Parts: sequence; structure tokens; C-alpha cells
Amino acid sequence: MRLSVHHVSRYHFDTPVRRLVQTHRLTPSDCASQRVLSWEVFSEGAVKGAVYRDGAGDLIETISVKGPVTELVVEVRGEVDTTDLFGVLRDYRETVPPGTYLRGSHTTDADADLRALSAEALEGLEEETALNRAHALARAVSGAIAYSPGLTEPATTAAEALALGKGVCQDHTHALISVANAADIPARYVTGYLHSTSDGEAHEASHAWAELYVPGLGWVGFDAANECCPDDRYIRLGSGFDAQDAAPIRGVLAGGVEETLEVSVAVKSQTQSQHQQQ
Amino acid sequence: MTNAEPGFFDEMRSGSQVREAYQSLERWHSSMPDDLRTLKQSEAENLFRRVGITFAVYGEGGDPERLIPFDMFPRVFTSPEWRKLERGIRQRAAALNAFLADVYDRGEIIKAGRIPEHLVTRNDAFEKAAIGFRPPRGVYSHIVGIDLVRTGRDQFYVLEDNCRTPSGVSYMLQNREIMMRMFPQLFLENRIAPVDGYARLLKKTLASVAPDKCEGEPKVVILTPGQFNSAYYEHSFLADLMGVELVEGQDLFVEGDFVWMKTTKGPQKVDVIYRRLDDAFIDPLCFRPDSMLGVPGLMSVYRSGGVNICSCPGAGVADDKAVYTFVPEMIRFYLGEAPILENVPTWQCAKPDDCKYVLEHLSELVVKEVHGSGGYGMLVGPKADKSTIELFRQKIVEDPANYIAQPTLALSTCPTFVEEGIAPRHVDLRPYCLVGESIELVPGGLTRVALKEGSLVVNSSQGGGVKDTWVLAE
Repeated sequence: MRLSVHHVSRYHFDTPVRRLVQTHRLTPSDCASQRVLSWEVFSEGAVKGAVYRDGAGDLIETISVKGPVTELVVEVRGEVDTTDLFGVLRDYRETVPPGTYLRGSHTTDADADLRALSAEALEGLEEETALNRAHALARAVSGAIAYSPGLTEPATTAAEALALGKGVCQDHTHALISVANAADIPARYVTGYLHSTSDGEAHEASHAWAELYVPGLGWVGFDAANECCPDDRYIRLGSGFDAQDAAPIRGVLAGGVEETLEVSVAVKSQTQSQHQQQ
Repeated sequence: MTNAEPGFFDEMRSGSQVREAYQSLERWHSSMPDDLRTLKQSEAENLFRRVGITFAVYGEGGDPERLIPFDMFPRVFTSPEWRKLERGIRQRAAALNAFLADVYDRGEIIKAGRIPEHLVTRNDAFEKAAIGFRPPRGVYSHIVGIDLVRTGRDQFYVLEDNCRTPSGVSYMLQNREIMMRMFPQLFLENRIAPVDGYARLLKKTLASVAPDKCEGEPKVVILTPGQFNSAYYEHSFLADLMGVELVEGQDLFVEGDFVWMKTTKGPQKVDVIYRRLDDAFIDPLCFRPDSMLGVPGLMSVYRSGGVNICSCPGAGVADDKAVYTFVPEMIRFYLGEAPILENVPTWQCAKPDDCKYVLEHLSELVVKEVHGSGGYGMLVGPKADKSTIELFRQKIVEDPANYIAQPTLALSTCPTFVEEGIAPRHVDLRPYCLVGESIELVPGGLTRVALKEGSLVVNSSQGGGVKDTWVLAE
């Protein structure tokens, strides 16, 4: 599918900021399931620099703005050709050993309930393939946390979300990482875009899901919020231990400054007809 | 003079004989009148107070205003003794850096099955942010502090390695400075190798690892957490000696491809940052977002080759107590050499067999927390009472992976001034090895001494002091 993305983040600061630095993990990289046709990240008035690719294969750009500023707009535009590979991440250049993602973070630390959820999901599946066990964990998380926006916060931990039984894609992802790690399966947080179909089935155009490491296949995506594996409606941006580590935009503000953020994301399919032509 | 403690190697005496290295010191102290000694001791204290060197050694915490006792009786190594130590220290520093370069790249030592993967990748000190990147000259740990103890004439053991930002070197320099000021005659009578080249070598080492993008003379700075840090004195002392700026995070900023220092003449580009700040705090955009001590975007500039950070974030994975066990293996694997310095045999409580042995022999062993430091959270079995031993038994049973155990080492003793004259007290040694374009080491290090009679704990937080450390020139 050919997907176009238009993603605008508009930051407003209540006090003028003297100097502003952000790191952007906002550029998708090529892999077997996606090919980037065009992509541009634009921040007016900012100096771009210190660009590098991290060990997990993600492109990181750094911007700095010399103030005083009260507003910063980060605009992303691009087009990507996607292919449904059933969530399998292939031909992606990265060097982080999968075992590194067994550690999680304080957001994904398993409490007794998460450990129990993990154990129940895998009960009787000892002889099953690693892929089936990963699916079982994703199903368990989908069943344990109902999609319900507005109840959790960015800082909500996996344990808190499970206790609440409700959350958004971030909470599903943290919980899935947690139950996977509890079963000694490396797992990580992935951010990206999702093309919402007209039937309203899929949630959140700016999206997050988990990748679990399956020996033989490599990293495989699981979207517990939508009870599926990423397909050609998904564009993958980058990964990390948790939402904060994988965040598409990271910035810090001097003490006392309050920011408000407006985000608009549009992910459109460029023509269904193109599929039919092939 | 109290006799040597039986069962321990005394560095000055062999039976009734005084070893050659200590003969002039024997004459020196025995001809010193008591009142002169008292006078000199208080003079030394005043000097230390005046220079403001009152911080806790090795970041052990405690009262930062407290003076660490200085013992005037020097500790002496002969030239052949030092040559062996020096070769061993250089070898170890090289192997530790080779290990870091390997685990942050291809991980050959793991693939070869010489070290278990989980000890590396599941280690909290293993930084994902350091993977897939080669720092200038492939050096990760630029200042390696290696803690050594001596148990016999030719027997030295490495207690632990410090690859992050080992502290205490200002004591090594000040101890010498003060001894020379108080007893200039001693330095005329003995040929003692100088240590005051340390600052020059440190600066040379840091400049030698400037990134490729640096043109001309590299700009080196020391990044400190600030004056409330217990080692702030050392940060400013080293900055002074090297003639470089001492900065805090707020003095630096990232713009474009570089890190800049705010100055009255406008921004100045910085090439090498000797940071005395833990990994977690150096860049809130990469590590702890609540850190106010770091520089936002610093890791991006580092990774894209605009600045060097010494030591490299993630260098700590090489000095972890569980990884320590494998350092001799690293030496064989990367250098193809036999280890010159020995490791202390270590039981890993994470291994059931080891754990069983440890629990059965608690009263003979030293038990340490894997991530602990400063002599806290440590059990010295032979010196502990029953309830302390039981407390540790419970702790180990609850979380075995958090503990290692080692035999109680018979730390050597060195004469030390006490009320009644001199008496043997246990000592250790931390030399500071510099790794850049070349590996450099000044002849000496910091000797810590357990001032309490019979005590084997040299930590300043638990009644330890410091001594000047001499290496006799040939």
C-alpha cells in the first residue's frame, strides 16, 4: 500500500524559552515491509544537526532553536510503500543484541499480576513454537486491557494499566513487553503510524505496538491494542525499551515552563487502485 | 614498634630485618622526636584543610566536610616490584578496553562462549546507546583505576576495576605535595619517582582522543555535577592543574553538529569532555529526562562524531563485580597473554553450587553486593558477629544474584603512626592508568590504610586513611 503521512506537532510555551533542543526519531527506515519514497521533517527556525543512526537502526536528528521562542512547529511529510509481512521485521540494519531487550525499564517492570498474566497465557504451551507463545501473550494483554482513551497518562506503568484494566496503545505495549520479559522473551516498544480504515476498526494514527524476538524469525510486531500483527497499514518509525526511550520527539524544558502540545496526524492511502494494477 | 601481625605480609619487616626499601624510613621515624611527630601531624592536617581536600574518597558518601586522616609514614615499592605491577595494570587496562570495544560491536567474546551473554546484555551498566558506534581510537575507558592488594612478597591481587570515573587521584597528588613540603630531606635522601606528571599525562590522554572533526588544538573541559558533589574538590583541582575549564551542564549547549561552551567572548566549541557525572545524568534526551545536570543533545553530538565523552557511556559494564571474574579470560582472549595480575577467587551466589558453598562458609568469607561500592553492604565474615552473619544469610537467600563472595584476603601491612609510635596497619592500592593514543601510568597511586588495629576495611567511610605511595627510582 502506498501511504502518505502528514504529522504536525505544535508546541506552545507559556514563558518564552531561551534555548530549545529536541531529538527526533521521526524518519522511518527501509526494511522488507516498507520503502521510503520521500520524507521530510521540518521545524521552522531550528538548526538541524548531530544526525546519527543508533544501534537499533533508527535515524536520530537533533534540532536546536535559539530563543526566545513561544512556539515550535515540527512538521513531518512523507510517502512510504508498505507490504504486509505479518509483522515480521526483515532486512533491517541493527546491531543491538536481542538479549538487551530482556531488561525492560521501570515502566515495564512486572509486578505479581503481570507475572501471573504471563504464566497463565503460556500455561500448557510449553511445547508450542515461540511464535505461538508470543501470540498467546499478545492475546492475553488484549483481553486484560480494554481500549479506553483518556484514563491513562504517558507515565502510567504496565502494572498500573493492568490493574486498571483499561488503556491506550501505549499501555497495551508496555504490558506486552512486561509479560514477554517475564517469560524471558526479549521485547521492545515500537512507534509509528497507522492508516485508519473507514470502518473505524483501527485506533490512533500515531501509534505504538510491541516487537517480540522470535528465534528463527527475528523481531515480530504485535499490536495488542488492535489484536493483530502490523501489516501494510503500518509505518514503523523506531524502537526503544519503553515509550519514553522510543519517543519520536524528546525535549526538555527549563523548570517552571509549561508547554501545551497540539498534534494532528493524517495517514492516507494514496490509491487502492494501485494494488489492483499490480 | 609493635611487631608484625602474624599471618600477614609486612611490607617493611621480614622477621627482625628491615627490608632495604624501608631502611631510610626506619632511620627517619626512629630518630624523630615525639613532639616533632605531633607537630608535623597537625601541620599536615592544617595543610589538607587549607587546600580544602576534605571530600570522601571514591564517592563513598559520608560527611563531605570531614578530613580523611593522612598518615605520614610512606608506603614504598621497589623498582622491580613496580615494574611487574605496571605491566599487569597496563595489560588489564588494555583488555578492559578491548572488551568494551567488542561487546558494543560484534560481541566476539560472547559468541566464542568465553563469557555468558546475560552478564553483559542484562547488565544495567550495558548501554544500548553505546551500541553500533566506535569512539575515537576505539577507547572507552580513559582513566582506569585498579584496586590492588598485596598478600605476599610477589603476590598481588586485583580486588576490582573502576572503568567509569574513578576518583581519589587528587589524594595521590596532594599526599606527595604535602610530604615534600614537610619532609624535604626525605626526598633528597631517597630517589623517589615523581607523580606530578599526572595532570600533564591526563591532558595529553584526553587531547589524544579528540574526535576526527576537531581541527587544531582540542578544547578539553571537565564536566562536574557541581559544588555539592563530594568529589567537587577533585574536579576543580584537576581542571586547575591541567589548565582547562571546569564546567557544569548549564555552561554547555548543543547547536548543529557540536557542543559549545558559553564564554564571555561568545560560544566556544568543545572537543573532549572529561565528565565526572554518571551515565544516567549526562543527557536528559537520551537517559534520565529529569536530569538537570547534563547537556540536552550531548549524546547525539557524541554519536555523530562532534565531541568525545570520557569515559564512554556504558564503560561501567567492564567493571561490574560479576564481569570482574572474566577479566583474566578477556586478557587471554583479546591479548593472547597470560594475566600478570591475579583475580581474587570469586563465588557467584547466582550459581547454586557457589551459593551453597558461600552459605556454608559465611564466617570465613567476604560477601559483597554485585553493584555495591564503598565498603557498604559488605560482610567481612571473620570480623562479623553472629547476627550480622545471619542477616547476610537471609539477604543472600532472598536475592542470590545480587551477591558475590571472596576469601578473606590477608592484606599486607605497612608501618603507620599510632599513639605508641608505629604499628602495622593493612593497606590497599589504587593506581590510575590513562588510556588514549598510548597507555600511561605514573609510578604510584593512592594507598588507603585501615587505621583501626586489625581492621581489613580501608574505606574512608569506615575508618580508613591515606598515605603517600613511593616507587623508588632505579
